[in-house]
Amino acid sequence: MPTAQELADLKARELDAICVNESELVHPWWHNLKYAAWGILFGIVFVKAEIVSWFRIQEMFRFESFHMYGVIGTAVVVGLISVLLIKRTKAKTIYGEAIHIPEKTFNKGQIYGGLLFGLGWAITGACPGPLFAQMGAGFSVIIVTFVSAVAGTWVYGLLRDKLPH
Amino acid sequence: MLEIIRQPWPWYLAGALIGLTVPYLLLVGNKSFGISSSLRHMCAACIPANIKFFKYDWKKEAWNLFFVGGIALGAFIAAQFLSNPDPLVLAEPTAEYLASKGITDTSSLLPSEIFSWDQLFTLRGLIFLVIGGFMVGFGTRYAGGCTSGHAIMGLSSLQWPSLVATCCFMVGGIAMTWLILPYLLTL
Repeated sequence: MPTAQELADLKARELDAICVNESELVHPWWHNLKYAAWGILFGIVFVKAEIVSWFRIQEMFRFESFHMYGVIGTAVVVGLISVLLIKRTKAKTIYGEAIHIPEKTFNKGQIYGGLLFGLGWAITGACPGPLFAQMGAGFSVIIVTFVSAVAGTWVYGLLRDKLPH
Repeated sequence: MLEIIRQPWPWYLAGALIGLTVPYLLLVGNKSFGISSSLRHMCAACIPANIKFFKYDWKKEAWNLFFVGGIALGAFIAAQFLSNPDPLVLAEPTAEYLASKGITDTSSLLPSEIFSWDQLFTLRGLIFLVIGGFMVGFGTRYAGGCTSGHAIMGLSSLQWPSLVATCCFMVGGIAMTWLILPYLLTL
């Protein structure tokens, strides 16, 4: 059984997050390398398919190229089929844990925050993932954008209780 | 072989690999795909400042930081060893529109006319680099996720709040592109 402190901690991590999973298992740090390995593949795909290009984002929002719609659409279809298969077969993780996908509850933040992010996405040509890829690919000035994004996240945390949700 | 890899990769290959991230993360560690949370974990790790939203054990989410570190490393490898020597092939109308705004450098993934250090201290550079980044960080956290967490993970698991968020991302982006960017680009 988790302690009260652990439950409070999980609750804090769950605030506005879609990706919190509480695993009972504790692993040594190097088990995280399997995430880094997939991240490397992901970063290569990001650059090679030009998803991290500001130009491709302009094309997308101007409806002048199918490329990004094809990428996101294919990703959703593949993800959808995968999740269905995982649920259908009751697949377990490689450690034998039951797979759990947290339910997302609706709040107005998804509208206000979503619009705000969309406005920023069209300016910077990057969502958070591509920011890391752009820095890695050698666009050193994107460090400024990245630090601003961290600052934006921090200011959200600061103002969270005062914002409509 | 290397010649083929160096060419831009098609959307279906990229889309499939990105989509496979969803089952990969679930199967190897029960993790839901989401990248913008990494920004929050960095706040929690470096500058929690006693704010409730950042007071949690970020080490439990360390996998997310390994993942984004991997993205940067992968991008480095791709740019260093697998890069396409030719300029970006842009849709004709987009290229014409951008050229009319003075953006013509398609030799790399980002236009050097905007995204370079000597642009940083201009009004346009400030908006594109600093304010844009702030909106991405603030907006994704307010929305509870970004393109990965909502548009891909959320839609894949049929969560309607993620559909709302994804539609708002698109509305915001389209509004910026058609109504505001034409002015910002010529600042």
